Amino acid sequence: MKVVVCVKQIPDPNTPGQLDPSTHYLKRDGVEVVLDPGDEFGVEAGLQLVEKHGGEVTVVSMGPERGLDAVRKALAMGAHKGVLITDDQLRGSDALTTARVLAAAIGREGFDVVIAATESTDGYTGVVPQAIAELLDVPAVTFATSLEYDGSLLHVRRQTEAGHDLVEAPLPAVVSVTAGVNEPRYPSLKGIMGAKTKPMDRFNLVDLGLEGAGAASAGETIVAVAAAPQRAAGEIVKDEGDAAKRIADFLAAKKVI
Amino acid sequence: MTATRPARQRVALDVDDLYGIDELLTPDERLVRNTVRAFLGDRALPAIAEHFEQGTFPRELVGGLAELGLLGMHLHGYGCAGASAVAYGVACEELEACDSGLRSFVSVQGSLAMSAIHFFGSEAQKERFLPELAAGRAIGCFALTEPDAGSDPAVMRTRARRDDGDWVINGTKMWITNGSIADVAVVWAATDEGIRAFLVERSARDFSTRDIHDKLSLRASVTSELAFDSVRVSDEARLPEATSLGAALACLNEARYGIAWGAMGAARSCFDTALAYSRERHAFGKPIAAFQMTQQKLVDMATAIVQGRLMAHRLGTLKDAGGLHPVQVSVAKRANVRAALDVARTSRTILGANGLTLQYPVSRHMANLETVLTYEGTEEVHTLIVGRALTGLDAFS
Ligand SMILES: Cc1cc2nc3c(=O)[nH]c(=O)nc-3n(C[C@H](O)[C@H](O)[C@H](O)COP(=O)(O)OP(=O)(O)OC[C@H]3O[C@@H](n4cnc5c(N)ncnc54)[C@H](O)[C@@H]3O)c2cc1C
Repeated sequence: MKVVVCVKQIPDPNTPGQLDPSTHYLKRDGVEVVLDPGDEFGVEAGLQLVEKHGGEVTVVSMGPERGLDAVRKALAMGAHKGVLITDDQLRGSDALTTARVLAAAIGREGFDVVIAATESTDGYTGVVPQAIAELLDVPAVTFATSLEYDGSLLHVRRQTEAGHDLVEAPLPAVVSVTAGVNEPRYPSLKGIMGAKTKPMDRFNLVDLGLEGAGAASAGETIVAVAAAPQRAAGEIVKDEGDAAKRIADFLAAKKVI
Repeated sequence: MTATRPARQRVALDVDDLYGIDELLTPDERLVRNTVRAFLGDRALPAIAEHFEQGTFPRELVGGLAELGLLGMHLHGYGCAGASAVAYGVACEELEACDSGLRSFVSVQGSLAMSAIHFFGSEAQKERFLPELAAGRAIGCFALTEPDAGSDPAVMRTRARRDDGDWVINGTKMWITNGSIADVAVVWAATDEGIRAFLVERSARDFSTRDIHDKLSLRASVTSELAFDSVRVSDEARLPEATSLGAALACLNEARYGIAWGAMGAARSCFDTALAYSRERHAFGKPIAAFQMTQQKLVDMATAIVQGRLMAHRLGTLKDAGGLHPVQVSVAKRANVRAALDVARTSRTILGANGLTLQYPVSRHMANLETVLTYEGTEEVHTLIVGRALTGLDAFS
């Protein structure tokens, strides 16, 4: 089974991000960057699939040279091969451009399953996996909270607002996984030291036959950025013997209980 | 005349890493650090204060530490990771930022017990014990100190005498980390031929252990007394290449190396806690961080940590280049543990009464560092080692 996992290097979500006031882009220079924690679930899901069914996991990342660290971490976790797409023209790409680039690299690589996180922990657009599926012309199964393969069909438990759906899909397919789909392993020392010797491909837009597909062609521009509105102060219930009842009434009125 | 000044590049200051020491690390070493930090943050930190309070070793972590590859990580072959000295140091720093007891477990397992077998064992001993110890399926300890022989191990009373081609060991070892949980003990004993080391397995007859429960330091680590009452072992249990006390010192040197890094982890944990606390805690109408005296403490501590980490890193690069002298290890062990203890105590003052509780890591580190100051060569002993090297005069006796 050939599994491709999309990964992204992002500013450490544990430290508050800053937007560049002129471009509205997230500042990525001079900040600690990490493999998107959401992508660790994707890598783990891919590794579990090939551990059960054989095959290899290739991780694909689009990003600056520093994105190499994210790919390396995935390789240290156990992925077999890395692909990094770096091109100056991709700086500031929108979601569709990102999907085009990733789809081109994935198509070139060949795949049975493509796994991505439902959304990145920096941009949160949450559309890249579906767009990749559309571009590759395969089914997209999104918001997976578990996935199993029975040799012919992929069985996915798909999170919905009301609960979950059980979805089946033939391969090839794209799956987006939620946090909590598994417990990502820690890279081991041997994995870290062995990552250097694993195959690593690097492409730019020309290599992928996507000249001119960079940020300049983006169909999306960020017009303005506004701070999220302050949350209104909540109501403090002072206990005068009836606090439990008042809280219960409040929750009942909101139809929470 | 309007002179245009050349545009000066403004360099951002990372207050968490004042001197950009992280940039001295390779991407692999940073990944080791981040991985160990994440593992400990998830699995160890939440329960470590409780273990300290109860005086229990978090044995549940051994499997995870082994899976990461941290046990004997600097050794090559036999299931060991073969990592660089710097990577090993970075791991020690993270372990000790959590608790010196955890770092001690890893030091004793890897740098003392496993190193002794790796450096001085026979091929059969290496093949039998090292993979088990690296995988955490077996635990090791290193028994040198005795009730009446600490800094001066040459006067040890534990004796092994030849008997029918076997050896019979009599004596008592004291203050042995991992003692009662160890599957195999590296035991140093005097013989008619000089000091030798023996691998004594837990199942050996007439070998018993007793834990030391009343210690106020390194409480999340097992410390035991080992008693040998005519314990018989075959000559195959002797480490063939260990032919003097120098062999024991070579192992200690490995562990001391890790301590030079580890101490800075404990210091960092204390400093980070004190800095955060000082910005939140108010007195006389302002955060205590706004008082000059608090700032002086913080600046002194931050500087000491920069210095200690730079020293540890230099020690690591020397070790990786193969050119490390034991005296250099003594310089760093002595300086960094003392600096860490000072940082812990100063941090404690910033936290006031709260600093005395287990709610914060500071007093726990402070108490632990008293052990670290004493074991692996006391501060005084390292002073004498460096002093002798500088002056050419031996002040030991
Ligand atoms: C928690 C813990 C874990 C330990 N784990 C281990 C272990 O796993 N294996 C092991 O073998 N040992 C272990 N030790 C023992 C440790 O290595 C010894 O405690 C240490 O070597 C000091 O020996 P001592 O306690 O007998 O002190 P002593 O040697 O009696 O020293 C007492 C004091 O005298 C000073 N002193 C001694 N000689 C001189 C001198 N010439 N000049 C100036 N001052 C001097 C010392 O510096 C010290 O301040 C452990 C100790 C502790 C506390």
